[in-house]
Amino acid sequence: MGLPQAKQNATEARLARLSMPPETGWTKLPREAALARVRAMGLPGSRDEYWRFSDPSSLIAPEAPRAALFEVKDEAPVFDAMDRLRIVFVDGVFDAEASDELALAGVEIDRLGGAAGQDIHWAREVYGTLEARGHEPVDRPLAALNTAFATDGVLIRVTGKAEKPVNIIYLHRSETSDAHLHHCIKVEAGAEMTLLENGPAAARFNKLMEVDIADGGTFHHIRTQGRDHERRAATHIFARLGKESTFKSFTMTANGRMTRNECIIELTGDNAVAHVAGACVGDGDFVHDDTVFITHDAVDCESRQVFKKVLRNGATGIFQGKILVQPGAQKTDGYQISQSLLLDGDSQFLAKPELEIYADDVACSHGSTSGAIDETALFYLRSRGVPRSEATDLLVLSFLAEAIEEIEDEGIREEIVGRMAGWLSRHRG
Amino acid sequence: MLEIKNLHVKLEEEGKPILKGVNLTVEAGKVHAIMGPNGSGKSTMSYVLSGRDGYEVTEGSATLLGEDLLEMEPEERAAIGLFLAFQYPVEIPGVGNMTFLRTAVNAQRKARGLEEMDAATFLKEIRARAKELKIDAEMLKRPVNVGFSGGEKKRNEILQMAMLEPKLCILDETDSGLDVDAMKLVSDGVNALRSPDRGFLVITHYQRLLDHIKPDVVHIMYDGRIIKTGGPELALEVEKNGYADIRAEDA
Repeated sequence: MGLPQAKQNATEARLARLSMPPETGWTKLPREAALARVRAMGLPGSRDEYWRFSDPSSLIAPEAPRAALFEVKDEAPVFDAMDRLRIVFVDGVFDAEASDELALAGVEIDRLGGAAGQDIHWAREVYGTLEARGHEPVDRPLAALNTAFATDGVLIRVTGKAEKPVNIIYLHRSETSDAHLHHCIKVEAGAEMTLLENGPAAARFNKLMEVDIADGGTFHHIRTQGRDHERRAATHIFARLGKESTFKSFTMTANGRMTRNECIIELTGDNAVAHVAGACVGDGDFVHDDTVFITHDAVDCESRQVFKKVLRNGATGIFQGKILVQPGAQKTDGYQISQSLLLDGDSQFLAKPELEIYADDVACSHGSTSGAIDETALFYLRSRGVPRSEATDLLVLSFLAEAIEEIEDEGIREEIVGRMAGWLSRHRG
Repeated sequence: MLEIKNLHVKLEEEGKPILKGVNLTVEAGKVHAIMGPNGSGKSTMSYVLSGRDGYEVTEGSATLLGEDLLEMEPEERAAIGLFLAFQYPVEIPGVGNMTFLRTAVNAQRKARGLEEMDAATFLKEIRARAKELKIDAEMLKRPVNVGFSGGEKKRNEILQMAMLEPKLCILDETDSGLDVDAMKLVSDGVNALRSPDRGFLVITHYQRLLDHIKPDVVHIMYDGRIIKTGGPELALEVEKNGYADIRAEDA
């Protein structure tokens, strides 16, 4: 093995604390293959090209760093007012009591944890498959680690138009919990669903979601990552899009010591559309990293990346986003914007936008900026009688708007704006 | 109502003096116009009165209804009744015009110790005022000033003025960028707000706005001072002969 000794040692130290579930059933082979990938790649270190800005040590330490529980006072959980099917995990463990019956018109729902003995054909084709495809050219060892050791997750096959959204709710009740969840979603041709996720999940959470969308399928994803300040999370989404399919994902993050959200999308069928967006607000000891890799491998596809970060009191925001246009992927329309609003001089934003284009008839634009609050706009609002703190909040919401507007559903959009406004009013000064 | 005495102001960064001893009194119920060439200090005066950063008052005072404006934050000035209609209204993407106005109205009511206006009353009020200014429902929903034409932006300023019901309104070159029809619409909006307990300070380069908003008093500002004060006929004189004659008189 060509791994540096230190990396190999760190990897083995972590692996020593993990074990595969006793009944792996049909997932046995993909898990073993994933474990071999982890050993070959080694877990991330700060010298790795894609970990230069985010220190991975808390994500790969043998034990999860302790994370104090967050007390939500009288605030209703996000999405609470919506009609949706709830699936609840507490520190990564399925809570049947708190969950709805896993039945919904238009979709078939199983749990990874309960499915080992069953032969779910479609899931066999997805589990670990998209993840395994997603390491070229960048290694994503935490994803392989997840495939190898995931204890549970949700398997959703969308066969029609889902009657209502599915909401996976993650609760964090133990200060030392260390959870690996792995979801597989297969959207069949022409089918459609919305997945909502919310909550911090665990002291340390490694989550992976594979989304395979057949021709003409539509998948909407909106998640909020909980307000626990001390939790750590590494998440991956691997999506593969067929012809004329649509994938739209939006993530809101407020608080969290360490968050690394990776999104790896392959547009494999003509006229497919992929949008991935994020709005995050961080105050103090906060590291938030969006790492996105979109591959255009078909004609006439559209992709958008819209990421906005609001940072203060020493918070750090990171964006690493790439658009790869393969030979022959003509008429590609790619857009990528990453922006930060730095509310003081202590915070920082590190951005690495990349384009790699091997087709000659494409339109790709990208931009990345860091800025402060616009003093002219602030004065305009104050001159109308809006106090400085409220005026600043309005301008922060204005800054985040382009990302939040990526959410198609108006009700959800308003809910997210309301949550952001609430967070801002609690974190003034 | 508005009392400006011997006001001296310099630019904070460059230290360059802009206002060099302005004296001006605006009474309730009156419309005062300030005319003057570019760079005479007209807009600076509007910014200093409303509290924009970047200016340093080195001498003199400015009070509104007896309260010292220069010591207050911009929002406090607004709460006691000062309103500035901007020459270049600012675009704020992602914040609905209605949300913005409701936030402003309620912030001012709160500062004055009044109860917040409930959503239904606010909606009724704003619809009525918007209709008078030919502002449609669509414009109320759009983000503040984003994609508005020059005329729409200025009408939106007047709508804000109407909703906030200030005591003293400063209009900073409200006529700039307006065609004749838009100017008429904006002027009608302003005239509808004229009342015995409200004063206006209208800053403009040109006499034409004053055809629509008839002033009681006209001041000529030049090089940071008011060099001549008269009735509406003074505006006509400027229109005919330019500022040169008045400057010669002053010299």
